[in-house]
Amino acid sequence: MIEFRAVTKRFDDGTIAVNSLDLAVEAGTITVFVGPSGCGKTTSLRMVNRMIDPTSGTILVDGRDVLSVDPPELRRGIGYVIQQAGLFPHRTVLDNVATVPLLLGWSKAKARSRAAELLELVGLPAEMGKRYPVQLSGGQQQRVGVARALAADPPVLLMDEPFSAVDPVVREGLQDELLRLQAELDKTIVFVTHDIDEAVRIGEKVAVFREGGILAQYDQPAELLARPADDFVAHFVGKDRGYRSLSFVDASGVEVDPVPTVVVGSRVDASPEWRLAVDERKHPRGWLAPGTTVDGDLTEDVLKPGGSLFEVGQSIRGAMDAALSSPSGLGVAVDPEGAVVGAVTATQVLAVIEGLRESRS
Amino acid sequence: MGDLGKYLGDAGTRSAIWTMLLEHVYLSLLPLVISVVLAVVLGWVCHRYGWFRGALLGTANIVYTVPSLALFAIIPAIIGTQVLDINNVVIALTVYTTALLTRPVSDALDAVPAQITAAATAMGFRPLRRFLTVELPLAVPVLFAGLRVGSVSNISLVSVGALIGTGGLGVLFTDGFRSRYLAPIIVGIVLTLLLALVVDGLLVALRQWLTPWNHVRGVKA
Repeated sequence: MIEFRAVTKRFDDGTIAVNSLDLAVEAGTITVFVGPSGCGKTTSLRMVNRMIDPTSGTILVDGRDVLSVDPPELRRGIGYVIQQAGLFPHRTVLDNVATVPLLLGWSKAKARSRAAELLELVGLPAEMGKRYPVQLSGGQQQRVGVARALAADPPVLLMDEPFSAVDPVVREGLQDELLRLQAELDKTIVFVTHDIDEAVRIGEKVAVFREGGILAQYDQPAELLARPADDFVAHFVGKDRGYRSLSFVDASGVEVDPVPTVVVGSRVDASPEWRLAVDERKHPRGWLAPGTTVDGDLTEDVLKPGGSLFEVGQSIRGAMDAALSSPSGLGVAVDPEGAVVGAVTATQVLAVIEGLRESRS
Repeated sequence: MGDLGKYLGDAGTRSAIWTMLLEHVYLSLLPLVISVVLAVVLGWVCHRYGWFRGALLGTANIVYTVPSLALFAIIPAIIGTQVLDINNVVIALTVYTTALLTRPVSDALDAVPAQITAAATAMGFRPLRRFLTVELPLAVPVLFAGLRVGSVSNISLVSVGALIGTGGLGVLFTDGFRSRYLAPIIVGIVLTLLLALVVDGLLVALRQWLTPWNHVRGVKA
Protein backbone atom coordinates (compact mmCIF):
# COMPACT_ATOMS: atom_id res chain seq x y z
CA MET A 1 0.00 0.00 0.00
CA ILE A 2 1.11 3.56 -0.74
CA GLU A 3 -0.03 6.34 1.52
CA PHE A 4 0.30 10.08 1.04
CA ARG A 5 -0.16 12.01 4.29
CA ALA A 6 -0.53 15.79 4.00
CA VAL A 7 2.07 15.81 1.22
CA THR A 8 2.97 19.21 -0.21
CA LYS A 9 5.55 20.01 -2.85
CA ARG A 10 6.57 23.60 -3.40
CA PHE A 11 9.21 24.16 -6.07
CA ASP A 12 12.03 26.69 -5.68
CA ASP A 13 10.22 29.20 -7.86
CA GLY A 14 7.30 29.16 -5.43
CA THR A 15 4.81 27.16 -7.51
CA ILE A 16 2.87 24.65 -5.51
CA ALA A 17 2.85 21.41 -7.47
CA VAL A 18 1.08 19.29 -4.88
CA ASN A 19 -1.06 20.78 -2.16
CA SER A 20 -1.60 18.82 1.03
CA LEU A 21 -2.35 15.49 -0.63
CA ASP A 22 -3.97 12.78 1.46
CA LEU A 23 -4.51 9.59 -0.47
CA ALA A 24 -4.14 5.86 0.05
CA VAL A 25 -3.40 3.56 -2.89
CA GLU A 26 -4.66 0.09 -2.06
CA ALA A 27 -2.30 -2.85 -2.49
CA GLY A 28 -2.86 -4.98 -5.57
CA THR A 29 -4.88 -2.39 -7.48
CA ILE A 30 -4.33 -0.11 -10.44
CA THR A 31 -4.80 3.48 -9.31
CA VAL A 32 -4.74 6.18 -11.94
CA PHE A 33 -3.70 9.79 -11.32
CA VAL A 34 -5.34 11.93 -13.98
CA GLY A 35 -5.65 15.64 -14.60
CA PRO A 36 -4.64 18.52 -16.87
CA SER A 37 -0.96 19.45 -17.20
CA GLY A 38 0.43 21.21 -14.16
CA CYS A 39 -1.94 19.46 -11.76
CA GLY A 40 0.78 17.69 -9.82
CA LYS A 41 -0.01 14.13 -10.90
CA THR A 42 3.50 13.35 -12.15
CA THR A 43 5.11 15.15 -9.22
CA SER A 44 3.01 13.03 -6.84
CA LEU A 45 4.11 9.87 -8.65
CA ARG A 46 7.77 10.87 -8.59
CA MET A 47 7.68 11.52 -4.88
CA VAL A 48 6.93 7.85 -4.29
CA ASN A 49 10.39 6.76 -5.49
CA ARG A 50 12.06 10.01 -4.40
CA MET A 51 12.80 11.29 -7.87
CA ILE A 52 11.37 14.37 -6.15
CA ASP A 53 11.28 14.88 -2.39
CA PRO A 54 8.23 16.49 -0.76
CA THR A 55 8.48 19.89 0.93
CA SER A 56 6.38 18.57 3.78
CA GLY A 57 4.28 15.55 4.65
CA THR A 58 4.97 11.83 4.63
CA ILE A 59 4.80 9.11 1.99
CA LEU A 60 4.63 5.53 3.18
CA VAL A 61 5.22 2.49 0.99
CA ASP A 62 4.12 -0.63 2.85
CA GLY A 63 4.25 1.32 6.09
CA ARG A 64 7.82 2.53 5.56
CA ASP A 65 8.55 6.25 5.25
CA VAL A 66 10.29 6.63 1.88
CA LEU A 67 12.41 9.50 3.22
CA SER A 68 14.08 7.05 5.60
CA VAL A 69 15.41 4.89 2.73
CA ASP A 70 18.50 5.54 0.60
CA PRO A 71 17.01 6.64 -2.77
CA PRO A 72 18.85 4.18 -5.08
CA GLU A 73 17.95 1.29 -2.74
CA LEU A 74 14.32 2.44 -2.63
CA ARG A 75 14.11 2.77 -6.42
CA ARG A 76 15.46 -0.72 -7.09
CA GLY A 77 12.45 -2.05 -5.21
CA ILE A 78 9.91 0.02 -7.17
CA GLY A 79 9.31 -0.59 -10.87
CA TYR A 80 9.21 2.52 -13.03
CA VAL A 81 7.90 2.93 -16.57
CA ILE A 82 8.63 6.31 -18.10
CA GLN A 83 7.13 8.21 -21.05
CA GLN A 84 8.47 7.03 -24.43
CA ALA A 85 9.93 4.01 -22.63
CA GLY A 86 13.27 5.71 -21.88
CA LEU A 87 15.17 2.60 -22.94
CA PHE A 88 18.96 2.73 -22.98
CA PRO A 89 19.79 3.00 -26.71
CA HIS A 90 23.28 1.52 -26.27
CA ARG A 91 22.08 -1.69 -24.64
CA THR A 92 20.31 -4.61 -26.22
CA VAL A 93 16.69 -5.21 -25.35
CA LEU A 94 17.69 -8.12 -23.12
CA ASP A 95 20.27 -6.05 -21.23
CA ASN A 96 17.77 -3.22 -20.86
CA VAL A 97 15.36 -5.59 -19.18
CA ALA A 98 18.16 -7.03 -17.01
CA THR A 99 19.09 -3.55 -15.69
CA VAL A 100 17.62 -3.69 -12.18
CA PRO A 101 18.60 -7.33 -11.45
CA LEU A 102 22.19 -6.37 -12.40
CA LEU A 103 22.04 -3.33 -10.13
CA LEU A 104 20.86 -5.65 -7.38
CA GLY A 105 23.99 -7.71 -7.90
CA TRP A 106 22.54 -10.76 -9.66
CA SER A 107 24.95 -12.69 -11.88
CA LYS A 108 24.83 -11.75 -15.55
CA ALA A 109 23.53 -15.20 -16.54
CA LYS A 110 20.74 -15.16 -13.97
CA ALA A 111 19.75 -11.57 -14.82
CA ARG A 112 19.60 -12.39 -18.53
CA SER A 113 17.56 -15.53 -18.08
CA ARG A 114 15.14 -13.56 -15.91
CA ALA A 115 15.04 -10.87 -18.63
CA ALA A 116 14.19 -13.52 -21.23
CA GLU A 117 11.27 -14.69 -19.08
CA LEU A 118 10.01 -11.12 -18.85
CA LEU A 119 10.14 -10.63 -22.63
CA GLU A 120 7.95 -13.68 -22.97
CA LEU A 121 5.61 -12.37 -20.28
CA VAL A 122 5.02 -9.11 -22.16
CA GLY A 123 4.51 -11.01 -25.41
CA LEU A 124 7.76 -10.31 -27.25
CA PRO A 125 9.63 -13.05 -29.13
CA ALA A 126 12.92 -14.16 -27.53
CA GLU A 127 15.01 -13.22 -30.59
CA MET A 128 14.00 -9.59 -30.06
CA GLY A 129 16.28 -9.62 -26.98
CA LYS A 130 19.34 -9.31 -29.20
CA ARG A 131 18.11 -6.16 -30.90
CA TYR A 132 18.69 -2.55 -29.92
CA PRO A 133 15.78 -0.29 -28.94
CA VAL A 134 16.00 1.72 -32.17
CA GLN A 135 15.12 -1.47 -34.06
CA LEU A 136 11.76 -1.76 -32.28
CA SER A 137 8.43 -0.04 -32.95
CA GLY A 138 7.06 2.38 -30.37
CA GLY A 139 4.63 -0.20 -29.02
CA GLN A 140 7.36 -2.84 -28.72
CA GLN A 141 9.63 -0.37 -26.92
CA GLN A 142 6.85 0.33 -24.48
CA ARG A 143 6.46 -3.40 -23.77
CA VAL A 144 10.20 -3.61 -23.14
CA GLY A 145 9.80 -0.65 -20.77
CA VAL A 146 7.17 -2.59 -18.82
CA ALA A 147 9.31 -5.74 -18.83
CA ARG A 148 12.28 -3.74 -17.52
CA ALA A 149 10.19 -2.30 -14.70
CA LEU A 150 8.98 -5.77 -13.69
CA ALA A 151 12.34 -7.54 -13.93
CA ALA A 152 13.17 -7.62 -10.23
CA ASP A 153 9.55 -8.45 -9.36
CA PRO A 154 8.87 -5.25 -7.39
CA PRO A 155 5.57 -5.14 -5.48
CA VAL A 156 4.97 -1.56 -6.62
CA LEU A 157 4.95 -0.27 -10.19
CA LEU A 158 4.93 3.43 -11.11
CA MET A 159 3.88 4.27 -14.66
CA ASP A 160 4.35 7.84 -15.88
CA GLU A 161 2.19 8.42 -18.98
CA PRO A 162 3.66 5.22 -20.39
CA PHE A 163 1.41 4.92 -23.42
CA SER A 164 1.05 8.58 -24.40
CA ALA A 165 3.53 8.46 -27.28
CA VAL A 166 1.97 5.57 -29.22
CA ASP A 167 -0.97 5.70 -31.60
CA PRO A 168 -4.49 4.98 -30.30
CA VAL A 169 -4.75 1.45 -31.67
CA VAL A 170 -1.41 0.37 -30.21
CA ARG A 171 -2.28 2.18 -26.97
CA GLU A 172 -5.45 0.17 -26.58
CA GLY A 173 -3.49 -3.05 -27.13
CA LEU A 174 -0.96 -2.02 -24.48
CA GLN A 175 -3.74 -1.17 -22.03
CA ASP A 176 -5.31 -4.60 -22.53
CA GLU A 177 -1.89 -6.15 -22.06
CA LEU A 178 -1.39 -4.27 -18.81
CA LEU A 179 -4.77 -5.44 -17.50
CA ARG A 180 -3.90 -9.02 -18.47
CA LEU A 181 -0.51 -8.77 -16.73
CA GLN A 182 -2.07 -7.24 -13.65
CA ALA A 183 -4.59 -10.08 -13.40
CA GLU A 184 -1.60 -12.40 -13.32
CA LEU A 185 0.84 -10.41 -11.19
CA ASP A 186 -1.31 -8.48 -8.71
CA LYS A 187 1.02 -5.48 -8.34
CA THR A 188 0.25 -2.18 -6.69
CA ILE A 189 0.26 0.09 -9.72
CA VAL A 190 0.12 3.88 -9.85
CA PHE A 191 -0.50 5.06 -13.38
CA VAL A 192 -0.33 8.70 -14.48
CA THR A 193 -2.16 9.92 -17.56
CA HIS A 194 -3.82 13.08 -18.87
CA ASP A 195 -6.31 10.97 -20.82
CA ILE A 196 -9.55 10.43 -18.91
CA ASP A 197 -10.59 7.62 -21.26
CA GLU A 198 -7.40 5.74 -20.44
CA ALA A 199 -7.96 6.45 -16.73
CA VAL A 200 -11.47 5.01 -16.56
CA ARG A 201 -10.49 2.13 -18.82
CA ILE A 202 -7.67 0.74 -16.73
CA GLY A 203 -8.12 2.25 -13.26
CA GLU A 204 -9.77 0.42 -10.39
CA LYS A 205 -9.61 3.74 -8.58
CA VAL A 206 -9.05 7.11 -10.24
CA ALA A 207 -7.67 10.24 -8.57
CA VAL A 208 -8.58 13.41 -10.48
CA PHE A 209 -6.17 16.30 -9.82
CA ARG A 210 -6.79 19.92 -10.65
CA GLU A 211 -4.39 22.84 -11.21
CA GLY A 212 -2.52 23.81 -8.08
CA GLY A 213 -1.98 20.21 -7.09
CA ILE A 214 -5.35 19.68 -5.44
CA LEU A 215 -7.04 16.29 -5.38
CA ALA A 216 -10.51 16.93 -6.79
CA GLN A 217 -11.99 13.45 -6.50
CA TYR A 218 -10.78 9.97 -5.67
CA ASP A 219 -13.23 7.27 -6.63
CA GLN A 220 -14.01 4.23 -8.71
CA PRO A 221 -14.32 5.12 -12.39
CA ALA A 222 -18.05 4.34 -12.59
CA GLU A 223 -18.71 6.65 -9.62
CA LEU A 224 -16.54 9.35 -11.15
CA LEU A 225 -18.61 9.32 -14.33
CA ALA A 226 -21.95 8.95 -12.60
CA ARG A 227 -21.37 11.33 -9.70
CA PRO A 228 -18.59 13.87 -10.33
CA ALA A 229 -17.79 15.74 -7.11
CA ASP A 230 -17.89 19.20 -8.67
CA ASP A 231 -18.00 21.18 -11.90
CA PHE A 232 -14.28 20.78 -12.49
CA VAL A 233 -14.49 16.98 -12.41
CA ALA A 234 -17.71 16.98 -14.44
CA HIS A 235 -16.05 19.16 -17.05
CA PHE A 236 -12.83 17.15 -17.00
CA VAL A 237 -14.48 13.78 -17.45
CA GLY A 238 -16.10 15.26 -20.52
CA LYS A 239 -19.42 15.95 -22.25
CA ASP A 240 -20.08 12.36 -23.22
CA ARG A 241 -19.56 10.96 -19.75
CA GLY A 242 -23.14 9.64 -19.78
CA TYR A 243 -22.24 7.56 -22.79
CA ARG A 244 -18.86 6.58 -21.36
CA SER A 245 -20.38 5.44 -18.09
CA LEU A 246 -22.15 2.73 -20.10
CA SER A 247 -18.74 1.01 -20.09
CA PHE A 248 -19.47 0.01 -16.52
CA VAL A 249 -22.92 -1.48 -17.19
CA ASP A 250 -22.80 -5.05 -18.37
CA ALA A 251 -24.76 -6.03 -21.43
CA SER A 252 -26.23 -9.21 -20.03
CA GLY A 253 -29.73 -7.63 -20.05
CA VAL A 254 -29.53 -7.08 -23.79
CA GLU A 255 -31.25 -9.85 -25.71
CA VAL A 256 -29.95 -10.39 -29.19
CA ASP A 257 -32.22 -11.31 -32.08
CA PRO A 258 -31.29 -13.65 -34.89
CA VAL A 259 -29.79 -11.85 -37.87
CA PRO A 260 -30.20 -12.94 -41.50
CA THR A 261 -26.83 -13.97 -42.89
CA VAL A 262 -25.27 -14.77 -46.24
CA VAL A 263 -22.02 -16.63 -46.73
CA VAL A 264 -19.18 -15.04 -48.69
CA GLY A 265 -18.26 -17.20 -51.66
CA SER A 266 -21.71 -18.70 -52.15
CA ARG A 267 -24.64 -17.70 -54.37
CA VAL A 268 -27.22 -15.26 -52.95
CA ASP A 269 -30.61 -14.04 -54.13
CA ALA A 270 -31.72 -10.41 -53.99
CA SER A 271 -33.56 -9.47 -50.79
CA PRO A 272 -35.35 -6.33 -49.47
CA GLU A 273 -33.56 -6.49 -46.12
CA TRP A 274 -30.05 -5.96 -44.79
CA ARG A 275 -28.12 -9.19 -44.48
CA LEU A 276 -24.88 -9.84 -42.64
CA ALA A 277 -22.16 -11.47 -44.71
CA VAL A 278 -20.10 -14.03 -42.83
CA ASP A 279 -17.23 -16.34 -43.68
CA GLU A 280 -17.27 -20.12 -43.20
CA ARG A 281 -16.35 -19.68 -39.49
CA LYS A 282 -19.36 -17.35 -39.08
CA HIS A 283 -17.08 -14.33 -38.54
CA PRO A 284 -18.75 -11.12 -39.84
CA ARG A 285 -17.26 -9.68 -43.03
CA GLY A 286 -19.65 -6.78 -43.80
CA TRP A 287 -23.23 -6.00 -44.75
CA LEU A 288 -25.09 -6.71 -47.96
CA ALA A 289 -27.41 -3.75 -48.65
CA PRO A 290 -31.11 -4.38 -49.47
CA GLY A 291 -31.78 -4.99 -53.14
CA THR A 292 -28.17 -5.66 -54.08
CA THR A 293 -27.98 -8.14 -56.93
CA VAL A 294 -24.93 -10.33 -57.05
CA ASP A 295 -23.74 -11.99 -60.23
CA GLY A 296 -22.13 -15.31 -59.44
CA ASP A 297 -20.67 -15.99 -56.00
CA LEU A 298 -20.78 -13.30 -53.30
CA THR A 299 -17.48 -11.42 -53.05
CA GLU A 300 -16.39 -9.01 -50.32
CA ASP A 301 -16.10 -5.99 -52.61
CA VAL A 302 -19.88 -5.59 -52.89
CA LEU A 303 -20.26 -5.46 -49.09
CA LYS A 304 -20.69 -2.35 -46.95
CA PRO A 305 -18.07 -2.25 -44.20
CA GLY A 306 -19.52 -3.38 -40.88
CA GLY A 307 -19.72 -1.38 -37.66
CA SER A 308 -18.01 -2.24 -34.40
CA LEU A 309 -18.77 -5.64 -32.85
CA PHE A 310 -19.67 -6.35 -29.26
CA GLU A 311 -19.04 -9.45 -27.30
CA VAL A 312 -21.97 -10.99 -25.47
CA GLY A 313 -21.71 -10.31 -21.74
CA GLN A 314 -19.44 -7.29 -22.07
CA SER A 315 -20.33 -3.65 -21.53
CA ILE A 316 -23.53 -2.10 -22.82
CA ARG A 317 -21.43 0.71 -24.31
CA GLY A 318 -20.10 -1.78 -26.83
CA ALA A 319 -23.63 -2.90 -27.71
CA MET A 320 -24.77 0.69 -28.19
CA ASP A 321 -21.75 1.58 -30.28
CA ALA A 322 -22.17 -1.53 -32.42
CA ALA A 323 -25.77 -0.56 -33.22
CA LEU A 324 -24.94 3.10 -33.89
CA SER A 325 -21.96 2.34 -36.12
CA SER A 326 -23.61 -0.37 -38.21
CA PRO A 327 -24.83 0.63 -41.70
CA SER A 328 -27.93 -1.54 -41.15
CA GLY A 329 -28.67 -0.10 -37.69
CA LEU A 330 -28.14 -3.60 -36.30
CA GLY A 331 -25.32 -4.02 -33.82
CA VAL A 332 -23.63 -7.38 -34.30
CA ALA A 333 -23.02 -9.53 -31.24
CA VAL A 334 -20.25 -12.14 -31.36
CA ASP A 335 -19.09 -14.90 -29.03
CA PRO A 336 -15.57 -14.94 -27.57
CA GLU A 337 -14.34 -16.77 -30.70
CA GLY A 338 -15.67 -13.97 -32.89
CA ALA A 339 -18.59 -15.90 -34.42
CA VAL A 340 -21.90 -14.11 -34.94
CA VAL A 341 -24.64 -14.85 -32.39
CA GLY A 342 -27.19 -12.19 -33.36
CA ALA A 343 -27.90 -8.48 -33.52
CA VAL A 344 -29.61 -5.65 -31.63
CA THR A 345 -30.94 -2.21 -32.55
CA ALA A 346 -30.05 0.97 -30.67
CA THR A 347 -33.69 1.18 -29.54
CA GLN A 348 -33.44 -2.21 -27.88
CA VAL A 349 -30.22 -1.21 -26.08
CA LEU A 350 -31.78 2.06 -24.97
CA ALA A 351 -34.77 0.21 -23.59
CA VAL A 352 -32.43 -1.88 -21.44
CA ILE A 353 -30.63 1.25 -20.20
CA GLU A 354 -33.97 2.90 -19.37
CA GLY A 355 -35.09 -0.23 -17.58
CA LEU A 356 -31.95 -0.27 -15.46
CA ARG A 357 -32.37 3.40 -14.56
CA GLU A 358 -35.97 2.82 -13.44
CA SER A 359 -35.06 -0.23 -11.40
CA ARG A 360 -32.32 1.78 -9.63
CA SER A 361 -34.54 4.73 -8.74
CA MET B 1 64.09 9.10 -56.80
CA GLY B 2 67.60 7.76 -56.94
CA ASP B 3 68.30 9.95 -53.94
CA LEU B 4 65.42 8.40 -52.06
CA GLY B 5 66.63 4.87 -52.79
CA LYS B 6 70.15 5.72 -51.68
CA TYR B 7 68.83 7.44 -48.55
CA LEU B 8 66.65 4.51 -47.50
CA GLY B 9 69.26 1.96 -48.59
CA ASP B 10 71.30 2.74 -45.50
CA ALA B 11 70.42 0.44 -42.58
CA GLY B 12 71.49 3.07 -40.05
CA THR B 13 69.11 5.61 -41.59
CA ARG B 14 66.28 3.11 -41.62
CA SER B 15 66.72 2.27 -37.97
CA ALA B 16 66.94 6.02 -37.12
CA ILE B 17 63.66 6.64 -39.02
CA TRP B 18 62.02 3.73 -37.19
CA THR B 19 63.03 5.27 -33.86
CA MET B 20 61.66 8.65 -34.95
CA LEU B 21 58.38 7.02 -35.98
CA LEU B 22 57.99 5.37 -32.56
CA GLU B 23 58.83 8.68 -30.87
CA HIS B 24 56.24 10.37 -33.05
CA VAL B 25 53.58 7.82 -32.11
CA TYR B 26 54.41 8.22 -28.44
CA LEU B 27 54.46 12.02 -28.56
CA SER B 28 51.18 12.35 -30.44
CA LEU B 29 49.10 9.55 -28.89
CA LEU B 30 50.05 9.79 -25.22
CA PRO B 31 48.57 13.33 -25.04
CA LEU B 32 45.46 12.00 -26.81
CA VAL B 33 44.94 9.33 -24.14
CA ILE B 34 45.57 11.71 -21.24
CA SER B 35 43.30 14.37 -22.70
CA VAL B 36 40.40 11.94 -23.17
CA VAL B 37 40.41 11.38 -19.42
CA LEU B 38 40.78 15.11 -18.69
CA ALA B 39 38.14 16.14 -21.22
CA VAL B 40 35.65 13.62 -19.81
CA VAL B 41 36.17 15.03 -16.32
CA LEU B 42 36.03 18.67 -17.47
CA GLY B 43 33.15 17.98 -19.86
CA TRP B 44 31.22 16.43 -17.01
CA VAL B 45 31.92 19.48 -14.82
CA CYS B 46 30.61 21.78 -17.61
CA HIS B 47 27.58 19.56 -18.08
CA ARG B 48 26.86 19.34 -14.37
CA TYR B 49 27.63 22.92 -13.30
CA GLY B 50 26.30 25.35 -15.90
CA TRP B 51 28.06 28.38 -14.39
CA PHE B 52 31.44 26.74 -14.90
CA ARG B 53 30.80 26.04 -18.53
CA GLY B 54 31.23 29.54 -19.96
CA ALA B 55 34.48 30.17 -18.10
CA LEU B 56 36.01 26.80 -18.88
CA LEU B 57 35.06 26.64 -22.54
CA GLY B 58 36.14 30.28 -23.03
CA THR B 59 39.55 29.44 -21.57
CA ALA B 60 39.75 26.37 -23.79
CA ASN B 61 39.14 28.51 -26.88
CA ILE B 62 41.89 30.94 -25.92
CA VAL B 63 44.33 28.13 -25.16
CA TYR B 64 43.65 26.63 -28.55
CA THR B 65 44.66 29.86 -30.30
CA VAL B 66 48.13 29.99 -28.68
CA PRO B 67 50.67 29.02 -31.39
CA SER B 68 52.16 25.61 -30.73
CA LEU B 69 55.76 26.69 -30.96
CA ALA B 70 55.08 29.42 -28.39
CA LEU B 71 53.41 26.91 -26.08
CA PHE B 72 56.34 24.48 -26.40
CA ALA B 73 58.63 27.32 -25.37
CA ILE B 74 56.45 28.73 -22.56
CA ILE B 75 55.81 25.45 -20.75
CA PRO B 76 59.36 25.09 -19.34
CA ALA B 77 59.00 28.60 -17.91
CA ILE B 78 55.70 27.68 -16.25
CA ILE B 79 56.45 24.26 -14.85
CA GLY B 80 60.21 24.34 -14.66
CA THR B 81 61.10 21.54 -17.06
CA GLN B 82 64.25 21.63 -19.21
CA VAL B 83 63.78 23.45 -22.52
CA LEU B 84 64.51 20.28 -24.49
CA ASP B 85 62.43 17.95 -22.31
CA ILE B 86 60.04 15.92 -24.48
CA ASN B 87 57.44 16.25 -21.73
CA ASN B 88 56.99 19.84 -22.91
CA VAL B 89 55.50 18.49 -26.13
CA VAL B 90 53.38 15.92 -24.31
CA ILE B 91 52.00 18.58 -21.97
CA ALA B 92 51.44 21.14 -24.73
CA LEU B 93 49.57 18.66 -26.90
CA THR B 94 47.57 17.44 -23.92
CA VAL B 95 46.49 21.02 -23.30
CA TYR B 96 45.47 21.46 -26.95
CA THR B 97 43.60 18.19 -27.23
CA THR B 98 41.83 18.70 -23.92
CA ALA B 99 40.78 22.17 -25.08
CA LEU B 100 39.52 20.60 -28.30
CA LEU B 101 37.61 17.71 -26.68
CA THR B 102 36.00 19.33 -23.66
CA ARG B 103 33.26 21.11 -25.57
CA PRO B 104 32.06 18.11 -27.59
CA VAL B 105 32.08 15.91 -24.47
CA SER B 106 30.05 18.49 -22.59
CA ASP B 107 27.65 18.92 -25.53
CA ALA B 108 27.28 15.16 -25.93
CA LEU B 109 26.41 14.77 -22.25
CA ASP B 110 23.89 17.60 -22.55
CA ALA B 111 22.36 15.82 -25.53
CA VAL B 112 21.55 12.60 -23.66
CA PRO B 113 17.71 12.65 -23.64
CA ALA B 114 16.30 13.62 -20.25
CA GLN B 115 13.98 10.60 -20.15
CA ILE B 116 16.96 8.26 -20.46
CA THR B 117 18.84 9.76 -17.51
CA ALA B 118 15.57 9.97 -15.56
CA ALA B 119 14.88 6.30 -16.34
CA ALA B 120 18.39 5.38 -15.16
CA THR B 121 17.91 7.29 -11.93
CA ALA B 122 14.50 5.72 -11.40
CA MET B 123 15.95 2.22 -11.94
CA GLY B 124 18.26 2.88 -9.00
CA PHE B 125 21.59 3.86 -10.60
CA ARG B 126 23.87 5.88 -8.34
CA PRO B 127 25.28 9.01 -10.03
CA LEU B 128 28.79 7.69 -10.79
CA ARG B 129 27.57 4.40 -12.19
CA ARG B 130 24.93 6.20 -14.22
CA PHE B 131 27.60 8.48 -15.66
CA LEU B 132 30.01 5.68 -16.54
CA THR B 133 27.51 3.14 -17.86
CA VAL B 134 24.75 5.26 -19.39
CA GLU B 135 25.72 8.86 -20.11
CA LEU B 136 29.35 8.37 -21.13
CA PRO B 137 28.70 5.47 -23.54
CA LEU B 138 26.06 7.61 -25.24
CA ALA B 139 28.66 10.38 -25.65
CA VAL B 140 31.13 8.05 -27.37
CA PRO B 141 30.19 8.85 -31.00
CA VAL B 142 30.68 12.59 -30.42
CA LEU B 143 33.82 11.99 -28.36
CA PHE B 144 35.32 10.00 -31.21
CA ALA B 145 34.53 12.69 -33.75
CA GLY B 146 36.63 15.01 -31.58
CA LEU B 147 39.33 12.37 -31.11
CA ARG B 148 39.77 11.96 -34.85
CA VAL B 149 40.39 15.69 -35.29
CA GLY B 150 42.66 15.65 -32.22
CA SER B 151 44.75 12.72 -33.43
CA VAL B 152 45.40 14.23 -36.86
CA SER B 153 46.16 17.61 -35.33
CA ASN B 154 48.56 16.05 -32.79
CA ILE B 155 50.38 14.00 -35.39
CA SER B 156 51.01 17.13 -37.43
CA LEU B 157 51.88 19.30 -34.40
CA VAL B 158 54.49 16.86 -33.07
CA SER B 159 56.59 17.66 -36.15
CA VAL B 160 56.84 21.24 -34.93
CA GLY B 161 58.46 19.90 -31.77
CA ALA B 162 61.53 19.01 -33.83
CA LEU B 163 62.31 22.73 -34.00
CA ILE B 164 62.98 22.64 -30.27
CA GLY B 165 64.72 19.30 -30.58
CA THR B 166 62.23 16.83 -29.15
CA GLY B 167 62.48 14.07 -31.74
CA GLY B 168 59.79 12.47 -33.84
CA LEU B 169 59.43 12.54 -37.62
CA GLY B 170 59.83 16.33 -37.61
CA VAL B 171 63.57 15.75 -37.29
CA LEU B 172 63.50 14.56 -40.90
CA PHE B 173 62.25 17.98 -41.96
CA THR B 174 64.78 19.95 -39.92
CA ASP B 175 67.60 17.71 -41.16
CA GLY B 176 66.42 17.92 -44.76
CA PHE B 177 66.16 21.71 -44.66
CA ARG B 178 69.51 22.11 -42.96
CA SER B 179 71.34 19.90 -45.49
CA ARG B 180 69.16 20.95 -48.47
CA TYR B 181 68.43 17.29 -49.07
CA LEU B 182 64.91 16.39 -50.30
CA ALA B 183 64.81 12.63 -49.52
CA PRO B 184 64.29 12.86 -45.72
CA ILE B 185 61.60 15.51 -46.23
CA ILE B 186 59.67 13.23 -48.58
CA VAL B 187 60.03 10.27 -46.22
CA GLY B 188 58.87 12.50 -43.35
CA ILE B 189 55.76 13.68 -45.23
CA VAL B 190 54.81 10.18 -46.37
CA LEU B 191 55.26 8.63 -42.92
CA THR B 192 53.35 11.44 -41.20
CA LEU B 193 50.44 11.00 -43.62
CA LEU B 194 50.47 7.22 -43.26
CA LEU B 195 50.58 7.47 -39.49
CA ALA B 196 47.62 9.87 -39.50
CA LEU B 197 45.65 7.53 -41.77
CA VAL B 198 46.43 4.42 -39.75
CA VAL B 199 45.57 6.07 -36.42
CA ASP B 200 42.35 7.44 -37.89
CA GLY B 201 41.46 3.97 -39.19
CA LEU B 202 42.12 2.47 -35.77
CA LEU B 203 39.95 5.12 -34.09
CA VAL B 204 37.10 4.41 -36.49
CA ALA B 205 37.43 0.67 -35.81
CA LEU B 206 37.51 1.28 -32.04
CA ARG B 207 34.42 3.47 -32.26
CA GLN B 208 32.54 0.80 -34.23
CA TRP B 209 33.53 -1.78 -31.65
CA LEU B 210 32.41 0.44 -28.75
CA THR B 211 29.10 1.50 -30.32
CA PRO B 212 27.45 -1.48 -32.02
CA TRP B 213 24.11 0.19 -31.19
CA ASN B 214 24.93 3.26 -33.23
CA HIS B 215 25.04 1.56 -36.60
CA VAL B 216 22.08 -0.76 -36.58
CA ARG B 217 19.22 0.12 -38.83
CA GLY B 218 16.12 1.48 -37.15
CA VAL B 219 12.60 0.44 -38.07
CA LYS B 220 9.76 2.65 -39.09
CA ALA B 221 6.68 1.47 -37.32
